[in-house]
Amino acid sequence: MKICITSVSDSLEAAVDPHFGRCRKFMIVDPDSMEFEFLENKSLSASGGAGVQAAQQMIDKGVAALITGSVGPNAFSILSAEGIEVLSIRGGSVADAVSAYREGSLEKIEAPNSPGKRGA
Amino acid sequence: MKIAIASGKGGTGKTTVAVNLALSLGEVQLVDCDVEEPNCNLFLRSDLEKYQDVVLPVPRIDGNKCTHCGKCAQFCQYNAIALLSSGPMLFPQLCHGCGGCILVCPESAISEDGRITGVIERGRVYDTINLWQGKLFIGEAMASPVIRQLKSSIGEEGIKIIDSPPGTACPVIASLKDVDYCVLITEPTPFGLNDLVLAVEVVRQMGIPFGVIINRHGMGDDRVDVYCKAENIPVLMRIPDERQIAVLYSEGIPFVTQMTEWKERFRKMFGDIVSQIPVKEGN
Repeated sequence: MKICITSVSDSLEAAVDPHFGRCRKFMIVDPDSMEFEFLENKSLSASGGAGVQAAQQMIDKGVAALITGSVGPNAFSILSAEGIEVLSIRGGSVADAVSAYREGSLEKIEAPNSPGKRGA
Repeated sequence: MKIAIASGKGGTGKTTVAVNLALSLGEVQLVDCDVEEPNCNLFLRSDLEKYQDVVLPVPRIDGNKCTHCGKCAQFCQYNAIALLSSGPMLFPQLCHGCGGCILVCPESAISEDGRITGVIERGRVYDTINLWQGKLFIGEAMASPVIRQLKSSIGEEGIKIIDSPPGTACPVIASLKDVDYCVLITEPTPFGLNDLVLAVEVVRQMGIPFGVIINRHGMGDDRVDVYCKAENIPVLMRIPDERQIAVLYSEGIPFVTQMTEWKERFRKMFGDIVSQIPVKEGN
């Protein structure tokens, strides 16, 4: 199983990026084996629909859960329709986020918690 | 003849100039292209009637024909389509209506549907002004298609005064396209100057002849005057920072209707503008 954590750079000590659609990196990690990779967020510089494209990357990577700070309405509707769990975290490193996930101490995000941005 | 009233900075007096110029000239068409916040009619109070809907094309996906290949989602430059395991999900408000998804679908599963995003309205006021305005509906993002349809609704003849939205982004470009002259409104403040410089870059790149009106002249500093002189930009008018003008504005009254000496000043300025428009070849 793979999960994704939004990250500001590609190291385990990097801080969790608080935004989903326009985060700098995605850390894709298997919380059991701790195998991981960092991916570019293709929508970082999108003029619009960044959340949609970021959510598409989650589907394409087959992640089961996303750990981030805030998710906009478009991304949230895709993630929830696809059954990808969205978990909330504030601060800390991506390594801390994986530990918190393994402990089961992260709270679910049940609705979009960012206004997002509509097109351009 | 089309004259656009624009500015980099918001709140400098575009609508004030557009409305007062329109009231000074006699028979004109006044076109409110600030479709996110059309406010010429706050000062003219016309009973506007609906002229037509603004309809944008948007894809409709036939779930029976769709094979979930994802070519439409990959193609869409505006991220308006995502491919879920259950099939494509559409985000109409991100769609620019380019029709590309229809072309790339190998199953011909996508057809064109229409979506109403705004409305064009018109009215007649003061016996001399045909007022046109576009309104983008709340929650919609794309102002430019409303502006383009608004501009194409109006006949070619006569004097057209186009009240542009603020800024220098796509809706401003849509408003300025094909105009004969652009009047840039600014105020004598550091913000006014900063955004004037940006607006000047836009009109120069578009090849539109232009001049500047300095509103609330007397406040702030003289850097706008100095800049215009250095750049050889004609200052068409200076509207003073005067209490009476502000009071009338706050009551929604166009100031030329009370301070009638200004009508002649606006007419003279219009003459100056006409003399600055190069004669087109073939005319």
